Amino acid sequence: MISFLVNNKPVQFSGEPDTPLLWALRDYLHLTGTKYGCGIGQCGSCTVHIDGKARRSCITPVSSLQGRSVLTIEGLADESGQLHPIQQAWLEEDVPQCGYCQSGLIMSTVEFLKKHPQPSDADIDSNIDNLCRCGTYVRIRKAIHRAAALMAGEVT
Amino acid sequence: MMSKRGRPQGAPDLSRRRFIIAGATASGTLLLGIPLTSFPSGENPSEGDGRIGFYIQVLENGDVAVGHAQPEIGQGLRTTLIMLVAEEMDLDWKRIRIEPMPLGIVKTAEGYTWKYGGQGVGGSTGLTNNWTYMREVGATARLMLMQAAAQLWNVPLSSCDTRPGVVVCESAGKQATYGELGKLASTLPLPTESPELKPMNQYRIVGKPQHNEEVRDIVTGNIKFGSDTQMPGMRYAVILRSPVLNGTVKSVDDTGARAVKGVLDVFPVEGPEPGAPYHILAHGVAVVADSTWAAIKGRRALKVEWNESPNKDDSSEKFWQQNAEMLAGQGQLVHDQGDFPAAIAAADKVVKHRYEVPFVSHAPLEPQNCYAWVKSDSVHVIAPTQMPAGASRAANAATGIERENIRVDIARSGGGFGRRLTNDYVTEACIISQKTGWPIQLFWSREDDIRNDFYRPGGTHELIAGLDDAGKVTAWSQRLASGSKYYRRPNMPDENLWQAELYPDDFPKAMVEHFRLEYFHNAIGLPRGSWRGPAHWVNAFVVQSFLDEIAHETGQDPLALRLEMLGRIDEQPYDGHGGPVMTPGRLVRLLKFVAGRIDYGKKRPPGRGVGLAAHFTFGGYAAHAIEVSVSKSGDLFIERIVAAIDCGFAVNPNAVKAQLEGGTIDGLSTALGLEISVHDGQVLQRNFTDYPLMKIDRVPALFEAHILDYDGTPTGVGEIGPPPAAPALTNAIFNAIGMRIRKLPIAGQIQEKMT
Repeated sequence: MISFLVNNKPVQFSGEPDTPLLWALRDYLHLTGTKYGCGIGQCGSCTVHIDGKARRSCITPVSSLQGRSVLTIEGLADESGQLHPIQQAWLEEDVPQCGYCQSGLIMSTVEFLKKHPQPSDADIDSNIDNLCRCGTYVRIRKAIHRAAALMAGEVT
Repeated sequence: MMSKRGRPQGAPDLSRRRFIIAGATASGTLLLGIPLTSFPSGENPSEGDGRIGFYIQVLENGDVAVGHAQPEIGQGLRTTLIMLVAEEMDLDWKRIRIEPMPLGIVKTAEGYTWKYGGQGVGGSTGLTNNWTYMREVGATARLMLMQAAAQLWNVPLSSCDTRPGVVVCESAGKQATYGELGKLASTLPLPTESPELKPMNQYRIVGKPQHNEEVRDIVTGNIKFGSDTQMPGMRYAVILRSPVLNGTVKSVDDTGARAVKGVLDVFPVEGPEPGAPYHILAHGVAVVADSTWAAIKGRRALKVEWNESPNKDDSSEKFWQQNAEMLAGQGQLVHDQGDFPAAIAAADKVVKHRYEVPFVSHAPLEPQNCYAWVKSDSVHVIAPTQMPAGASRAANAATGIERENIRVDIARSGGGFGRRLTNDYVTEACIISQKTGWPIQLFWSREDDIRNDFYRPGGTHELIAGLDDAGKVTAWSQRLASGSKYYRRPNMPDENLWQAELYPDDFPKAMVEHFRLEYFHNAIGLPRGSWRGPAHWVNAFVVQSFLDEIAHETGQDPLALRLEMLGRIDEQPYDGHGGPVMTPGRLVRLLKFVAGRIDYGKKRPPGRGVGLAAHFTFGGYAAHAIEVSVSKSGDLFIERIVAAIDCGFAVNPNAVKAQLEGGTIDGLSTALGLEISVHDGQVLQRNFTDYPLMKIDRVPALFEAHILDYDGTPTGVGEIGPPPAAPALTNAIFNAIGMRIRKLPIAGQIQEKMT
C-alpha cells in the first residue's frame, strides 16, 4: 500500500507498485485530465507536479510517491472553481485546438513561470518542450506572456 | 430582404417521414444530401417537451440545447456549427448547451439512412456541408417559436419578431422568452419548406470571432476524449502487432503474459491477407487485463513467432531506387495536353529537377483507441473517429451484428489529420470484446500508432519545364513514382491508382499550352491513407519549389514569375477538391499581400532570405512568406512567418486563424523533421525521439496569420493552410544560402552541406 496526496486528498494505492503514476491517476483514481502521449517522457502530455515540481507521470512509478504530494490539472483551479491565472490566460488566448496536450502544457507552464516570472521568448524556447501536434505554439507563447502579466498584477 | 428560398427544381418533396440519404465514397469524401427542410425527421421527436426537430430543445429556464452531430478533432466545429444555429435562431450565446449526438443510422426498406444528415469530417467539408443545413435548423426553430407566440397572443405571425432568446410582438405590446414558448412550439407541425435565412449584413454572431465553447473544460482537464472513456466492468486491451508488414502469427507462448498480475486473457487477432483491402492493419496477439499497465506488461512478456512475410525485404532504400529506375522508363500518361515533346524540343530553355517526399505518419497526440461492448445482439462503440458511419460498418463487419443495433458515440478526438477516417481500431476493439464478452477499452501506445498507420504516400517527382525565348513557361510535366493512397482499396483498378496522387486541374495546367502528367506505381507494402491536404501538400511542395528553380535558372524573380503565370487566365474549371472553379487572381492577391507584409523586395544580409509559396485546395486559397537565417555552421532559424488565407468567408475568424497557424506549423514540422522509413519490412520509427514533431523553440514570435475575405461563401479551412508552408520555407533557405532542398525532410541536410 502506497500512501500519498493527490490534489490535497489522501489516497492509498494498492495496485502494482511499478504502475506509472499516469495510469494510477487515470485507471484507478479516474482523473483523466492527465494524458498519455508517448510513454517515454518526451511529449509532456502527462505532466503533473510532485511536491511542486513538474514531472512526467508516464515514467514516474507510484512506488516513488510514498508520502509525497501530487497536483494534477484537475486540482489547479481553486475549490470555488476560480481558474489559475495560467488557465485564465489559456482561455483568453483560446489556445487549444484538439486540447489533448494542453493539460500537460499548463502544468509545465505553472512551474516555468515560478522560475521565470517575467519570461523572454528565449526563456520559453529553452524551457517549454511539450509537444502540441495541432501546432498551437503561437497562442501558447502569447498565453504564457499573458499569464505572466496576470500573475504580476499588470493586467486584470 | 432575401426572397424566400424555393425548392430546387426536380428535387423530391421531403415529407416529415422521409430520411436524407448520405453516404461515404471510397475516398472518404462525404456525399451529403443537403436537406430541403431543416429537420429530416423520420422519427417524430417526442412532442411537447420543448424539442424542435432532432437538433433543438428549448428548456423551460430559457437554456437551449443544441445538438452537435459532427466529429470534433480540434478544428473547432463544435463552436462553429453552433454559431450558425445561434445566429438564425436568435439565441443568447451564453444560454446554449451543446449536446453531442450519436451516429444517426436508421434502416429503411431502401437501405441505411442518416436521420441527422451526413456525419463525418474529412476533405475540409465539416463546415461547408453543414453551412446551409445548420442555419436552416436555427431558422426553422425561430420560426416555430414565433408561430407559437402568434398562436398564444392571437396575432399575425408577420407581427412577431425576435430578440436574442425572446419573441416580441410590438404592435400587441407582448413578449415572451423562448423558455416560455418552447413547449407550445414543440407541439406544432414542422414546416415542410426551407425557412428564410438572414441576410449576411444582419449577422451578429457569424463572421465575428467567437471563443471555443469548450475551452474551459479543456483547461481544467474535464473534457473527455475517446481514451478517457470509463464504463462499468470495462477491461483494458492492447495488441502486439506484427513488426513486419503483412506478417502473420506462427505461434504464441503466452505463459509469461498470463503470469502478469491482472492479465485476464491472451489470444490471436487475425489481420488482412497481403494485398487485400484492410479491415485492420496487422495480424497480432491481444492481451486483455484489468488495467492499462497490466495489459502493457502482459504484452511485454509475450513470446510470439511470426511467419515470414512477403514484404520482409521491403526497404526505403529499395523504394527510392525503384522509383528512379521507373522514372528512366515510360509510365502511365494520365494527362496529355498540347504537344509536350515537341514543345520541349523547341524550347529555348529546359529546366528539370527531381524531388523526394517521404512517407509520413499522422501521429495525432491521442493515439488510436476505442471502447466496445459487443453483446449477443447489440454493440456499443465509443470512438474518436472522423467517420462514424465507417465505425458502424467496421463494427458490423467484425461482429455480424446488424448496423441498426450498433450504437456509435462520437468521442472528441485528440487530433485527426486524416488518420481517423479509417476505423481499423474499431474493428480491433469489437473483435476483442466479442471474443471475451467484456466491455473493453483498446489502448494503442505511441509505438503502436507510429508503426501502424495509413501513411501519407512517399514518392519521387520529376518536373520538367520548357521556356520560350521570352522566358515564358510554355510546357510543363510532372512525372511521379509513388506509393498510391489507393493501394489496397476495394474495387480499385490499377489504372486509377494515380488519381489519389496527381490532381490534373492543379496549377499550372490551365496556364501552359503543353502539359503532361505521368505516373508510376510503387507497390511497397506500407499501408497508405489520407493525410491532411492529401496529395496537395506534396504537390504544392514540388511545384512551388520548382517554380523558384525556374526563376533562378532563367534570371527571373520568383514572385514575378508566379504573378505572370497566375495572371494568364481569369478563371479555370476545377474538377476535384474544392471545385468547380479556381480563380488564380485570389492567389495573386494573397501572394502580393504576404510579400508586402514581409518586405519581400528588401535587400537582406548574407545568410538571410525570404521565400514564398501559394496553393489552392478545397475551395480555399493560401499563401506564405517566410524569412529564415542560416548560421555558418548550418543551423536554420525561422525568423518570421506571414500566412494568409482566403476561405471565401470566415464564419468564425478565431477558428480560421487557429487552423492557419496550426496548419502552417504542421507543414513546417513535417518538412523539418518527419519521415517514415522501412528496413527489412519493418517501420523504423517508434516514438517522438525518432519522429520529432516540431516544438515551440522553432516557431518564431513573429508569426502573423491573416484572413482575406472574398465573398459570402465559406470554403474548407483545415487543409488549406499546410500546403504552401514547406515550399515557402525551402525557398527561403535557397534565397538565404543558395542551397536547394530537393529531399524531405530537411533534417540535417544544411549542416551536412556547410560543415
